[in-house]
Amino acid sequence: MRLSAFEIGCVRGNRYIFQKLSFAVGAGQCLLVHGPNGAGKSTLLRVIAGLLPISSGRLNLEGGDTDQTLGEQAHYFGHQDALKSSLSVRENLSFWALYFGGVAEAVEKALESVGLAPLSNLPAAHLSAGQRRRLSLARLLVSERPIWLLDEPTAALDTAAQDRLTELMRAHLGRGGIIVAATHGPIGLSDAQAIRLGAR
Amino acid sequence: MIPLSALLIRDVRLALRVGGGALMGVLFFMTVVAIVPFAVGPDLALLHRIGPAILWVGALLASLLTLDRLFAADHEDGSLDLLLMARTPLELAIVVKALAHWLTTALPLVGAVPVLALFLDLESRAAAAVALTLLVGTPALTCIGLIGSALAVALHRGGLLLPVLVLPLTVPVLIFGVSASNAAIGGPVPFGAPFTILIALSLASLVIGPFAAAAALRHGAE
Repeated sequence: MRLSAFEIGCVRGNRYIFQKLSFAVGAGQCLLVHGPNGAGKSTLLRVIAGLLPISSGRLNLEGGDTDQTLGEQAHYFGHQDALKSSLSVRENLSFWALYFGGVAEAVEKALESVGLAPLSNLPAAHLSAGQRRRLSLARLLVSERPIWLLDEPTAALDTAAQDRLTELMRAHLGRGGIIVAATHGPIGLSDAQAIRLGAR
Repeated sequence: MIPLSALLIRDVRLALRVGGGALMGVLFFMTVVAIVPFAVGPDLALLHRIGPAILWVGALLASLLTLDRLFAADHEDGSLDLLLMARTPLELAIVVKALAHWLTTALPLVGAVPVLALFLDLESRAAAAVALTLLVGTPALTCIGLIGSALAVALHRGGLLLPVLVLPLTVPVLIFGVSASNAAIGGPVPFGAPFTILIALSLASLVIGPFAAAAALRHGAE
């Protein structure tokens, strides 16, 4: 499996957020996207997720499931946590597990692995910012999708949770997955390639 | 089917929990209908005559009130992005969301009609007629409202846009809903004609609404 972009550009509000951007990531590889605020890191991830159209260039996934779009094979982990405050931690995660075609058994395991199992009956309204982020992260684990798109995944996480995230990312890469992560700091993966987007 | 039933359960749960829309719609409906007799005055004959119309207007406004949040809540917390990326077609997800909305907000309105009919001096036959026309007419209100709700998200305008867009489109539903109720009570027209048109309006909007709303949401994500 190989995700490649050839000179892609994205226009928003009559100007290029980025243009002539090329990269290629293979199975088991991680691409880090660096750049100052407003450089288009989040836009790039949303373009790969299929939530924004590309204005020029080509974006291909070789070796994926041809019946599904690129977005349907990707998990998008953005700034918004997609949690409902009035549902419990378990209800929030179970819904996404079932909606993404995962199995209910995966929910307990995922909660365990992000350290939220003791809080599973608590309404999500009572969670702290970091805990909400971890619950959102657990969504990547309840259903199998080969591409992870992570937008500043370490934001609001404590150091222990950041280490856990790095482990989860390594495990995903070990299974032959692809990760594209927008990040400011180091993420703990030594062999990742990196691209830098310029400021506008 | 599992993803869709999970979505239905989630939306019903959200509507029934604290801060959900289920109670808000029916309370608003009761408020509107309960204050009309005070405004009209103690003229039982007049109330009796305009009763079905008041119930229909109240139900229309109550369903508009709750439709506002149908997609806006999912848009604000990022759930909509994930629904767009799911393998389940967006159109089906929208049908299920509409069903959950109808079950939790429109069905209670139908249930409240027999109680509110007492306020308006409607006998049981008239109350049953209004309840029946609301039962078959509210799906049309929900499905037309879907389009407005999705456009409000797509255009990043909430609040006033929804009633301005949706109300004109719901006028036929209102006309045939009220005339079917009046026909059942003993109006000049036979009951069958307006009632079947009401059913046709519901079925047509059930087909058009989800596709139009999905198109609006996909465009809005861009």
